[in-house]
Amino acid sequence: MTLKGMGGKELAFHILLYSLCAVIFLVIMYPLYFIVIASFSDSTLVSTGKVLLFPKGSSLFGYKEIFQDSRVWTGYRNTLFYTLFGTLVNMLFTMPAAYVLSRKEFKARRPIMFLFVVTMFFNGGLIPTYLLMKDLHITNTFWVFILPFCVNIFYLIIARTFFETALPAELHEAAVMDGCSHFMFFAKVALPLSKALISVIGLYYLVGHWNDFFTGLIYIRDNNLQPLQIVLRDILLSNQVFQNGAGTGGGAASGGYAQRYADQIKYGVIIVSSLPILMLYPFLQKYFEKGVMIGSVKG
Amino acid sequence: MRILGGGLRALRRDYQLWIMIAPAIAAVLIFNYIPMYGIQLAFKDFDFAKGLTGGAWRGVDYFKQFIDSYLFTDLMRNTFLISLATIIVGFPAPIILALILNQIRRKRFKNVMQTTVYLPHFISIIVLVGMMNVLMSPETGVIGYMMKGLGLGHINLIASTNTFIPVYVLSDIWQHCGWNSIIYLAALSTVDPQLYDSAKIDGAGRMKMIRYVDLPALVPTIIILFILSMGNILSTGFEKIFLMQNSLNLPVSEVIATYVYKIGIISNQFSYASAIGLFNTLINFVFLFAMNAASKKMSNTSLY
Repeated sequence: MTLKGMGGKELAFHILLYSLCAVIFLVIMYPLYFIVIASFSDSTLVSTGKVLLFPKGSSLFGYKEIFQDSRVWTGYRNTLFYTLFGTLVNMLFTMPAAYVLSRKEFKARRPIMFLFVVTMFFNGGLIPTYLLMKDLHITNTFWVFILPFCVNIFYLIIARTFFETALPAELHEAAVMDGCSHFMFFAKVALPLSKALISVIGLYYLVGHWNDFFTGLIYIRDNNLQPLQIVLRDILLSNQVFQNGAGTGGGAASGGYAQRYADQIKYGVIIVSSLPILMLYPFLQKYFEKGVMIGSVKG
Repeated sequence: MRILGGGLRALRRDYQLWIMIAPAIAAVLIFNYIPMYGIQLAFKDFDFAKGLTGGAWRGVDYFKQFIDSYLFTDLMRNTFLISLATIIVGFPAPIILALILNQIRRKRFKNVMQTTVYLPHFISIIVLVGMMNVLMSPETGVIGYMMKGLGLGHINLIASTNTFIPVYVLSDIWQHCGWNSIIYLAALSTVDPQLYDSAKIDGAGRMKMIRYVDLPALVPTIIILFILSMGNILSTGFEKIFLMQNSLNLPVSEVIATYVYKIGIISNQFSYASAIGLFNTLINFVFLFAMNAASKKMSNTSLY
């Protein structure tokens, strides 16, 4: 579309539309951009408000500190393990169940579906859930990141809806004619046909595990088991920036030397911890969106 | 006999299906249903030896204790205000955003905008609150400097009782508005293009088309999502409020969810905390049903 040949009203609308978009773009991207440039600019210039649009000076102090901080790497290793193993368990529990619930000939599918959907609206609440984990003796073990709530009902419904539309009844009938069992049909036909779905659901679970800090907060006491997000909380919010204890107790409002360096570490640690997800993001964005679309067909 | 035989035959035919769904059923029963049984703790004393089963019956004592406690009005007010502000400001935002994005005709530009607005959704809450703390610090933060530049003075946005709710709500919009607009964009993509053509013939401009074609197409989605959000009126997100709390903003930032955590997990008063949690859930249900009934009457749209 060219700007020529537009009426005055249409032109005004275009100007309004594109300036709104520009504002939205800046409001979302500027804070993220600022964190990036602040993480490697000179910390004095950052803390006196001199760094606004472009990085100034250069200092890798923050990143050096982070790379020497064993807490961050223990957290990283734990989170990586919880995320990968947790997502694997999620998929092993969710996908076969979704396939079963998509089979029209499975008589029990309605009552089971009801059993599942109820949990989207009712839950026991924090305290009974906490006591259950204690009774099961999985608090303060890595299992508490893996097993509880390993089936997300919302994702299960998305997957079921997908199987219902992607696997026509004729396909299954033909396979049964050839002596194909449900196990084989699921493994050889259903899964290969649903790569897009597997990536969507897998990524939803993956991001959930990566960003989860609640589990660590409530159930884990052992520092060696804490996920990255809890380490981040200590550094970013409790201001325990330096592993050896310097800078603690300074409080977020105190200025001064330690605080400047502390802030630079904070900018750096935000980048280091969010990088994996944000690097995946542009490639996977269309899948995420697809997931919401599939889900909304039969909410 | 025939019924039993049929059942057996179905079981033989479907046994593989049962094997495939058994793990999911077991997980849901254990992790979702057993805690529901644990709700009865709210009416019992807690007994460390008996765990979830609970000790002697106490009736509604713990509910009375909560309603009579000096924190009750503060907690209710804070929870209501934060939720209400989130709904009033946060609910229309994704609708407006979807209407704006839907107007973009250039495909590549639209993609760039969508990628941008969905992005903050994937940032963890810790990182978000951490970003807010460093950016809004009155001494060293860039937003602190910008406010000084605008002559707004020396306000500590993260530790003031006046700014807690605006900061909470606006940062929520920043993070989730884009993601929440997807469902509206999906609804807009189903609008019949002929409607735009006939609106054009009738002399409607772009603004008029938004008003008379796009907006009506969104109404059913809006109503359903609105009912659902009213059902969550008292379930303010625990995580973000908990992380944003500090000793200075506590008078406005202590909500039911954070109080349950402190009473239950930190001080081990399990029965009392369960009662407060249950009280919260009940109020949510009352709102959900009331809103659903109202919408059924007014617009014939309902959840069930």
